[in-house]
Amino acid sequence: MVEFLQQIINGLSLGSIYALIALGYTMVYGILKLINFAHGDVYMVGAFAGYYAAAVFHWSFVPALLFAMAGAAVLGVAIERIAYRPLRNATRIATLITAIGVSLLLENLGIVVLHPEPRAFPDLVQLRMVRLGALYINNRQLVIVLVATILMIALQWVVNRTRIGQAMRAVAEDQDTARLMGINVDRVISFTFALGSALAAAAGVLVGLYYGRIDPLMGIMPGLKAFVAAVLGGIGLIPGAMVGGLVMGVAEVMVVAFLSSTWKDAVAFAILIVILLVRPSGLLGRAVREKV
Amino acid sequence: MLTLEGLHVYYGGIHALKGISLMVEEGEIVTLIGANGAGKSTTLRAISGLVRPRSGRILFEQQPLHTLPADRIVRLGITHVPEGRRVFASLSVRENLQLGAYSRRDRGEITADLHRVYELFPRLGERQNQSAGTLSGGEQQMLAIGRALMARPRLLLLDEPSMGLAPLLVMEIFRIIKEINHGGTTILLVEQNANQALRVAHRAYVLQSGEIVREGPAAEVAQDPEVRRAYLGGDVA
Repeated sequence: MVEFLQQIINGLSLGSIYALIALGYTMVYGILKLINFAHGDVYMVGAFAGYYAAAVFHWSFVPALLFAMAGAAVLGVAIERIAYRPLRNATRIATLITAIGVSLLLENLGIVVLHPEPRAFPDLVQLRMVRLGALYINNRQLVIVLVATILMIALQWVVNRTRIGQAMRAVAEDQDTARLMGINVDRVISFTFALGSALAAAAGVLVGLYYGRIDPLMGIMPGLKAFVAAVLGGIGLIPGAMVGGLVMGVAEVMVVAFLSSTWKDAVAFAILIVILLVRPSGLLGRAVREKV
Repeated sequence: MLTLEGLHVYYGGIHALKGISLMVEEGEIVTLIGANGAGKSTTLRAISGLVRPRSGRILFEQQPLHTLPADRIVRLGITHVPEGRRVFASLSVRENLQLGAYSRRDRGEITADLHRVYELFPRLGERQNQSAGTLSGGEQQMLAIGRALMARPRLLLLDEPSMGLAPLLVMEIFRIIKEINHGGTTILLVEQNANQALRVAHRAYVLQSGEIVREGPAAEVAQDPEVRRAYLGGDVA
């Protein structure tokens, strides 16, 4: 039982990371119906931005985190501007292929510019073990869950309580009518990319903090898994990405703990296959109904 | 106030508007009638910037609109209520109305206008926290019109406001259109219900296959034998 609870805690902290990345996938999908496959690489760039802020400028945790988020936001906006906006009226498959191209570009640029060997991420938060009854919790896990929770609450506030958030929801539902309200749709799309990329960067810094190492290809697997998490929760739905991320994290940790670590990555894709067969609209998604 | 000159619009390979010209004077209700696919909605979509004309000009108080993006056109004082209402179904009634005022910054005035819309359409006030998708067709049409009024338009483009509504509601909608016009808002009304449209309008244009085939004071157009036969169902006046 203790072992099980311990694994739940591990799963929730890993799941918070997936959830933060999944939010970017789901928000961009909600607005553009595009799977932004470069998103995992934005997460990687965010981790490196945090690394430089901490290792080179010797910034502490919070400033380094904010720096990484701001840097990734700029990158996300630039990617949309340069790669996706010219294809706004192209077929979906053309944009999807472009997204894969941007992803490969970022990964290979990362190898050339940042060098392929992993780097040690600075100890921004001193490691301590916190005792909770019979459980031991690593304080970095607490930081991960705490930061992720704060960011998700902030995101919910922006989406549901602000003018730009209202505009985001309007654009996601009906772009032409949003234009008729006087909404500058391009600006809303840029804002969405900035928001999603900043959350991915936060996930990157948290992962660096937790595992202590980062490399230019670190975004591939978490990127795919977060995408699965977004589909699992219901792509396009913000609460879906949160739930999907947490479920994915717990599932992965449980498989490693009680089955075999060789199944670590397989579980994500098994979940993807099952959800697409059984409930393609996701855990929180409603079946699509035609309405007149 | 609004002038269209030799407007040509293409949708892919389809020549939807073949050089139409029309004028709307300040304070008028002008109606654009015609059969399905005649180009009525396309005309409104060109004015509000959702489609770009291939050639021709659209001028609003001497300012060209055909080069401006849709969100800038709203800021000039033109609001378009699209065909099929197009309310934001997952957003609440109040949020829909707030979005209507997206182009404005005067918060206090926006709140005052919100209450004015609730006065005009009490049903919307009762349902302000409900999501717009749960409203009936008539209520959605009222929301779409209320949302447009929130921008404080000087020119209101209405696309088929009576479509799919029960006869009693149709009367109600046309009464409201007149009321809005009395309040000083100029209206360009697209309708398939030519009967009602010609009754409230000052002037009318008849559109057929992308061309204007008849224009004049609404009362005269309503008496035109050709128009009566094609759009008014014979002797009904």
